[in-house]
This record gives sequence, structure tokens and C-alpha cells, in this order.
Amino acid sequence: MDQAPALTASQSDVLPQEENGLPLKVKLRRAERMKKIRAMALIAPLFIFTLLIFAIPIGIMLVRSIDNPEVVSYLPNTKVELDKWSGEGMPPQTLTAIFATDLVQAYHDKTAATVGKRLNYDVSGMRSLIMRTARKFKSHVPVDATLDTFVKADKRWKQEKYWNALKRASGSLTPFYLLSAVDKKIDDKGDIVNVSEGQAIYVNIFWRTIWIAGVVTVISLLLGFPIAYLLANTSSKVSNTLMFCVLLPFWTSLLVRTSAWVVLLQKNGIVNSSLMNLGLIDEPLTLLFARPGVYIGFIHLLLPFVILPLYSVMKSISPGYMRAAESLGAHPAVAFVRVYLPQTLPGIGAGGVLAFILAIGYYITPALIGGPQDQMLSYFIANHANSTLNWGLASALGMILLGSTLILFTIYNRLTGASGVKMG
Amino acid sequence: MQLQPYATTGQKIWHYTFLTIAGGGLLFLVLPILVIIPLSFNSTSFLSYPLSGFSFRWYEEVFTSDVWVNAIQNSLMIGAASAFFATVLGTLAAMGLTRTDFRGKGAVNALLVSPMIVPIVISALGLYFFFAELGLNATYTGLILAHTALGAPFVVITVTATLQGFDNNMIRAAASLGANPVTVFFTVVLPLILPGVVSGALFAFATSFDEVVVVLFSAGPEQRTLPRQMFDGIKENITPAIMAAATLLIVFAFALLTVLEYLRRRSEKLNGAS
Repeated sequence: MDQAPALTASQSDVLPQEENGLPLKVKLRRAERMKKIRAMALIAPLFIFTLLIFAIPIGIMLVRSIDNPEVVSYLPNTKVELDKWSGEGMPPQTLTAIFATDLVQAYHDKTAATVGKRLNYDVSGMRSLIMRTARKFKSHVPVDATLDTFVKADKRWKQEKYWNALKRASGSLTPFYLLSAVDKKIDDKGDIVNVSEGQAIYVNIFWRTIWIAGVVTVISLLLGFPIAYLLANTSSKVSNTLMFCVLLPFWTSLLVRTSAWVVLLQKNGIVNSSLMNLGLIDEPLTLLFARPGVYIGFIHLLLPFVILPLYSVMKSISPGYMRAAESLGAHPAVAFVRVYLPQTLPGIGAGGVLAFILAIGYYITPALIGGPQDQMLSYFIANHANSTLNWGLASALGMILLGSTLILFTIYNRLTGASGVKMG
Repeated sequence: MQLQPYATTGQKIWHYTFLTIAGGGLLFLVLPILVIIPLSFNSTSFLSYPLSGFSFRWYEEVFTSDVWVNAIQNSLMIGAASAFFATVLGTLAAMGLTRTDFRGKGAVNALLVSPMIVPIVISALGLYFFFAELGLNATYTGLILAHTALGAPFVVITVTATLQGFDNNMIRAAASLGANPVTVFFTVVLPLILPGVVSGALFAFATSFDEVVVVLFSAGPEQRTLPRQMFDGIKENITPAIMAAATLLIVFAFALLTVLEYLRRRSEKLNGAS
């Protein structure tokens, strides 16, 4: 019983009470919280900025890949009737009547072409069908138009497939573009089927992108490994000079390096004329606008990204291990494969995955050095965004590229996070 | 990389093969860049050796024709503005990130560096849609905003790296001596982390200065930048004027590399001292 007051006294020594009566623990927690709030206030500007200027735009792209606004906004009454129609057989008269008035209205609003273009992605020829019908209807707006009215305007309306396409395009969201990006479509029965052989290109392009990226990654690793080894194992003076050969290209503009390769690889360019002067070839090789040029340009771009992480790993490998292995009687080649190589695996993994991520996303180099058969996903995204203006398909292809990149980046993060490989 | 005096013939052959491959690789990296420099001084428009004669006419074209001058000005202006904003935003964020731990820090960090990872075509496409809604396509504001977002991650990374070696007691010492947080930042923190901040700023500037895909998607004819001008040139008709512009950019890269190397050493020295 006597001990209780004494304990309180000693406690009050350890935890002094301030005038406001708050124990130190509470004050400490409060100070910690203030510190956190201050830290977050420092991060907030860039966080909000990145959210606005980066995350939201990408979000818009994701929405664009499933967005389907044309029929919904430009043929609004037709959309209501299309929802009521089962989509089997020919359309009812309620639908045709409203579709005719909507179509004339859209023609006057100059939005019929947009609707036609959207429907044309699904069934080719539908743009001209929509425009022709709208033009015919605009002089005498048909009252209570029936299917016959449409067939009279254009015979094609007799076919179910055009009405089905209209029905398919009537939702405010559509899987159409995402399916197109993997060469699939929804047929008239509502099943997901492959598109016809002639139209199926994107799966092929996806694998081409992966193939090109894979080839250049492997060659970059094979060529980068000895370079990194040389850099990591010479005197620091020599290595600094040699490092310059790696860092100068690394810092030189992509456009400069690409233009250099365009000049070098031309039919009468420096590479061909040198090889001919040396007597190695009789006539110039086709390097530019062909696959070899793309490989060469890519490897030149990616080598520094492979060399730097490999160098960072090799720097930390003690030469003692190899000496120990050899002194124990291992053949140098065996010692290399069983002792040295495994220690460089984190660098090989990090450099390889980084190179691969960069390669599947590059646009400039294949666009300028490659021919039509060497274009990768990025090119088709840019092409649909800027030339054909098929933004839905551009976004859907973008989704595929983004998804692949994020999966690879997760792998990259695992590899570097665990081993602490650094760039440069 | 010394060959042991007792090396066998096989080891010697292997050693020299290895040196040839590594040396060849290094030449492959640096030669294409060096080889185009003389072409920019050619007196005729042929892009092959031997040169027909020495001339500055292509540099004259780059420095006097409206298209090139306008492109250079645009690139410098957009680069400087976006590097400035990226540096301010990135430095603040890096200070916040290194100061304390909080829940969701990993996710915040991931968002902040994501512009570096996402393929540029995707960022460009998203920005094109976004700017279309805001009426920012074909404006300088749009390009500067976009390039700021692309450059800021580099500032976050370099400044965070510099702050790792920073002694927080210095902030406490300055504060206990009566300095307010702003004074502490400008007189104590900034001078010490300056190498990191400057490298970050240079990274951000170089990112903008080299960026062409967002420009292709979003810029109008007025905002034509140097890389855009080169892109069109390579696509349509490649002339020694492009080689002259390329040479200027190589000199720029060389200067950048030198400054960054100097800053890296200085930063190492500062960290060693503290």
C-alpha cells in the first residue's frame, strides 16, 4: 500500500506533465501526426498534378476503349426503340419510323457521318448506306417509315446484318473495340467469333511486337554482358573513359541516334559502302526500312539500359570467388558458369526486363527505320489516333500495351526491389 | 583485366576474343554518333564519305531559317518551363517522401514515378483526349503541362537519392537557432541537396528537349519543336541540316553528361563530409 504513491512520483519524473496537462505520449503522437501532415502537404502538389495530367488522361483512354456514344447521342429516339427490339429477324415498324426521323435530324445536325463511320467499323459499307439513305430521306421526310421505305431508299436494308449492326452499336458501352484489338467480333447471333482472315491483324502485330522486343533484348544482353564485365574489371581510369562510350549515346537525343542510323544504313550509306569496299558484299544490303535496321537501331538504344544495371551488379562481385573456384581446380569456363554467372543474374534480370519494357513501347525508332512489316503496337496506336481517327481502337490497343507493360514492370520491381540493382 | 603470365593458349585466345567483342560493342555504341558529325560540315548535300568540301552552310541554315530557329526557341522555352515546374514539384514531393513513413506511401510513390514507366504513346494518347476536352491541344500550356508530368519523376528520384544521405539534425539545429522553415530550406537544406536538384532539373529538361511523341499528338504547327522538326526531316528528306542540328544536340548531350558527372562527384564528396 505504501508503494503506490512512490510509484506515481517516479512516473511523474519520467513523464513530466506540462502546464496544459497533456502527457508526453499524447504530445509525441500529436507531433508525429503534424509531421505526417506536413510531409503529405509537401507531396500533395505533385500528387494532384500527376493525378490530373497523367492518371486522368489514361483513365479517359481506358473509358474510350469501351465508350460507344455515337448512336446513343445522335440517334437518341432510335436507341430507345432499339433497346425494345429483340434483335431477331427484321425490325418492327415502330423502330423504322423513328429511325427515319432520327436519321434526317442527324443529317441536318451533320452527325450522320459520325454514326455512319462508327457502324462502318463493324460492317463495312455501312457508312455509305447510312449517308445514302439519309440523303434520300431529307427531301421528303418519310412519315411512319416502314422497312419497305428503307429498302426503297437502298436495297441493302433487306439484309439482317445491317439492322443487327445498328442494334449492336446501341449500347452506351461496347466491347467492340477491345474485341477488335484481339481480332474478335460479335456476330449476328451474339457469339464472340474470330474476324475474317483478311481483317485479323492485331494478334499478329502483338506477337510481332513481343518477338522484336525479345530478339533485341537477348542480343543486347549478349553484347552488353562483356561490355559491362570489361567496365567493371579494369582500372577506374580506363573504365571512366570507356563509360563515356556508354553514357554519351545514353544522353544523346533519340532523334539524333535514329537519324544517324538512317544515314548509316541507307542503300548508298556508310555501312553498305564500307562493306563493299572491304569486299565483304557485292551489292548493297537492304538494311533501312527493313527488319535488320530495326534490330540494329533498337540494340543501340537499349544497350546502355542493359549495361548500367549489369555493371552495378558486377562491381559488387568480389574477384575472390572466381579465384577460389579456380584454385580449387575448376576450369575457368566452369567457374564462370557456376560461380560468376549466377551472381550476375539480378543484373541480367533487371536489365533484360527493363530493355524489354522499353522495346515494346518505343514508337519513334521503328516508325523511322522500319518498313510496313516492322511496325509494332505503338505505331498502330498512333496511326489510329492521328490518321484513321478510330480512337476507340487506338485506346483498346493502348490498353493491351499498357497491360503488358504493367505486368512486366511488376516483375521488374520484384527483381530490383529484392536485390537493390541500381541504374548508373 | 590483366592476362595472367601463366595463361594457356586457349585462355589467351578467349581473352582477346572477349576484348574484341567488348571493344566492338563499345565502338558500336559511340561510332554512329561520332560519324555523323563531319557530315554536317559537308559542302554538298550528300550524306556519305568522302566529304566534298568543308562548309558551315548547314549550320547557317539551322541558325537562320525561320523553321529551325522557331523550333529551337520552342524547345528551349518548353524545356525550361517544364523543367522549372517539374523541379519545384518534384523537390517538394521528394522532401515529403523522405521525411516520414505513412500508410499507402508505396502507392503514392508508384503514381509519382508512373509517367516514367508507361509507354509514351499511351501517355500521349490519353493527353490528347484530355486536352481535347479542355481545349489545350495545340497550345504551349498543354505541352508544358505534359512535359512537366513526364519530367517530374526524374526529379523525385534524383532528389530522393540525395536526401538519403541528408542529416536531419541540421534542420533541427537551424530551427532551434530560430530559423523559420522557409529560411531553413533555402539556407541549409537547398545548398546541401543542390547537386541532386540540379541533376533532376537537367533530367527533366532533357526529357522535354528529347520528347517528340506528345508533340506529334498534341502540338499545333506553332508549337513545332526541334525533335519534331527532325522527325519530319528524317521522314521526308534527310539533309545535312538535320546532321547539323544533330551535332548541336550531341554537343548538348556531352555538356549535360559532363555537368552530371561533376554533380555526382560533388554530391558524393558532400555526403562523405557530412
